[in-house]
Amino acid sequence: MFEMVDVFLVVGISIGFTILLCLYRAVRGPGVFNQIAAVNVIGTKVIVLLVAIGYIFERPMFVDIALLYAGLNFVGTLVMAKYLERGEICSA
Amino acid sequence: MIKRSTVAVFIVMFAFWVLLSACIKPLQGYYDPIHIVVGMICAAIATSVSRDLLITGKENMTLRKTFRLLLYIPWELWQIVLANFDVAYRVLHPKMPIDPCIIEFDTTLRSDFALTTLANSITLTPGTITIDVEPERGRFLVHAIASKAADALLVDQTMQNKVAHVYMEEGGGE
Amino acid sequence: MFGIGIGVTDIISIIFMAGGVFFMVAGAVGLLRLPDFYTRLHATGKCDTLGEVLMITGCMIFQGWSFVSVKLFFLIFFIFMANPVGTHAIMKAAYYTGLKPWKKGEGRR
Repeated sequence: MFEMVDVFLVVGISIGFTILLCLYRAVRGPGVFNQIAAVNVIGTKVIVLLVAIGYIFERPMFVDIALLYAGLNFVGTLVMAKYLERGEICSA
Repeated sequence: MIKRSTVAVFIVMFAFWVLLSACIKPLQGYYDPIHIVVGMICAAIATSVSRDLLITGKENMTLRKTFRLLLYIPWELWQIVLANFDVAYRVLHPKMPIDPCIIEFDTTLRSDFALTTLANSITLTPGTITIDVEPERGRFLVHAIASKAADALLVDQTMQNKVAHVYMEEGGGE
Repeated sequence: MFGIGIGVTDIISIIFMAGGVFFMVAGAVGLLRLPDFYTRLHATGKCDTLGEVLMITGCMIFQGWSFVSVKLFFLIFFIFMANPVGTHAIMKAAYYTGLKPWKKGEGRR
């Protein structure tokens, strides 16, 4: 009746639609903090989307890319938060 | 000259490299000498940059603390599931019953790992997020989304007592 | 039951993945609907983390015992540690720059 590939396709499309919902807050958020929070959420959802795409196209390499992007997203959010709080990134 | 904690960090990094260079069919991964030597060099660079961040040399009785931490994790996972049903209910309800406020309280935890575990647990449990932690007095600044969640943290003190039991400090009273 | 390709393990993983997608949609709706910055972080910091964990657990159950499952388990562990810390960092930056929290009865921000 249905295969597992259809399940992963439905999941991927739902997460893509959710990312489009978050984009409204990233554009319209009053102030910069709402925009940073929205970008962090979009990055977190992209990690799950990468794993789902890896299962659709049957390439197990995508899990490594998702692991790397999780680290990048985390470091980016922390650096933005530190810059907004102190006005500088590293006090030399 | 080279401390024991640095060697432990190097072993953890190299084990992670060996794990990531395996393939789907077992024992067919990238295990030739070139990759292992490159793995050792990368692990050495990573260890020299972050020397005492992962495993500090100041904790004692780590084995018993790790065992108690493994027992604490299932209770925390159950609290996380409850928290998310609560947040989903508040968000999808047509009237949106929220009433936010900011709370401040003291605990008697002093070590780094204990403060971090309690801050993470407060962020992941129903209705509260940590804003700031002061390590000298163990003072937490917390934003709560409803007064029921705030009371569970201030009056009952179940979470502070459990974390204090894990890290073997005195009770987390005020 | 459903054809040749679906077994009991696959049904369990479909249930986990459906739960994960529901919580992620709830997190995004919370980001749009709640009236203030601090309350929006409540919705995303909790619902997003659990939605991801459930969804990747579903993928792990579908895969079975192999090296890909170990990498997925490390991904779950990392997201569990990293998401609350990121939420806390940005909330602390907003509080110390002077963003005022919302009390009941004010307008939307």
